[in-house]
Amino acid sequence: MVRFENVGMRYGNGPEVLRDISFTLEPGCFFFLTGASGAGKSTLLKLIYLACRPTRGLITLFGRDVATLTRAEMPLLRRRIGVVFQDFRLVEHLTALENVALPLRVAGARMSQTRDHVAELLAWVGLADHLQAKPATLSGGQQQRVAIARAVIGRPRLLLADEPTGNVDDEIGMRLLYLFEELNKMGTTVLIATHNEGLVSRFDHPQIHLENGESRVHFPAEKALA
Amino acid sequence: MFSRSQAIPLAKDASSRFLPWIVAFTVYLAALALAGAMALSTVVARWDRELSGTLTVQIPALVASEGADAEKEGAGAADEAARVEAAVEILRDTPGIVAAEILEDSEIEALLEPWLGVGLASEELPLPHVIDVMLEPGAELDLKKLEAALAEAAPGMSIDDHGAWFDRLAALARSVELVAGLVVLMTGLSAVLTVVFVTRSGLAVHHNAIELLHLIGAHDAYVASQFQFQALRLGLTGGVPGLIMAVLTLLMLRMAGDPIDIPLLPEMRLTPEQWSALAGVPVVAAVIAMVTARITVLRTLAKMP
Repeated sequence: MVRFENVGMRYGNGPEVLRDISFTLEPGCFFFLTGASGAGKSTLLKLIYLACRPTRGLITLFGRDVATLTRAEMPLLRRRIGVVFQDFRLVEHLTALENVALPLRVAGARMSQTRDHVAELLAWVGLADHLQAKPATLSGGQQQRVAIARAVIGRPRLLLADEPTGNVDDEIGMRLLYLFEELNKMGTTVLIATHNEGLVSRFDHPQIHLENGESRVHFPAEKALA
Repeated sequence: MFSRSQAIPLAKDASSRFLPWIVAFTVYLAALALAGAMALSTVVARWDRELSGTLTVQIPALVASEGADAEKEGAGAADEAARVEAAVEILRDTPGIVAAEILEDSEIEALLEPWLGVGLASEELPLPHVIDVMLEPGAELDLKKLEAALAEAAPGMSIDDHGAWFDRLAALARSVELVAGLVVLMTGLSAVLTVVFVTRSGLAVHHNAIELLHLIGAHDAYVASQFQFQALRLGLTGGVPGLIMAVLTLLMLRMAGDPIDIPLLPEMRLTPEQWSALAGVPVVAAVIAMVTARITVLRTLAKMP
């Protein structure tokens, strides 16, 4: 589903943020992307959700070399990817319901067709009573759940989350990760970037660890032994 | 729920607030210029209709010298009448001419009355004889040949086919129409540039929202639709009051012009079709604003990585 081969990335004329990154995400897998702050986790996610292009190396996404993608082809590919941004990026003047419906709207769906589905999803993330709430009136955890609902509303094949537990306490962080596991069990490939090693250690999922711009893939002990 | 135009909060932009004013001024000037051009075009067409297919033959009066006796004066008058009759005969025998009628003195005096006053013309001035000639529709006369034949029968006569006068008038009308067209073009261009500026400014202000829309799978056309419908709405918001102001101005001009009675100037009034065309000006302006916004967004986004 996602393949990186010797990918390098630098911003402008600056130093390489990522160097020789190589890994493969198979369909249906669940990976953590770990590393200290500034290790390049967000940059790596940006490369996957096509917010920027690598300066070298090969990235294939759903079997397509991203270097050959035209501007017109990108939207359809991006609709297969759900992203939970670190800063949520909710649209301030829209309600929770409208924010979650946005990916469906841009894909051409009518609000009347999607309202029930969106409301159901918001109820699933525990926000049934906040459908008409604007982001500014929601807590950090509630905003995060709206962002997650927006990321999964289009039933993406790949879900990326950038520090989804960064603004919430450990208990809510655990609940969010269980939520991602449920989505993974439904067939969605999940990649979660986090620097919270404590939370990661409680789950039995492989990690792509970034350090000094380079990557190492760690599998849990039992899987590695197997 | 929310409409398309609300995904990016363009309505709250400060730069969007002055666009309706620009469109209103544009529509106002364009409507006035268009109304002027259309009214003038109607007048020229009417003159063309009235003057084409006619000729005027003028035969100067014979002026009796001072001290000439009554017998000679009588012979001169008979000779003058014979010249006019001969000219009329030539005209009536010419193929392509339907009728040739001598204008009565009273009719000539009526034509001169606005300039010379009542009764003065016949008493003080020797009036020429005027023959009004009607041509068959589409008839092509050999004017030189006709002129030669008439000059033999009535020396000093002249033919006026109104062509030179009408050509000058038509040239003037074309110049005025051209100026009106330039006014419409320049005001339209200024409105287009304003829309481009407002749209680019909106793209910069809402950069983050646009990036988000792209990241969740929006095509450039979806983003463009946000801007184009906003431009259409603002265009109509400004265009309709602009048109109302222009119509009020035209009505005031008409009211101010009604008491002035100048015989040479025909009435400059608009037909119902021309009023309909004026009503379309704000719609056209709004559509131009919409298309401009769309093209600006698509071209700007296409340059982005």
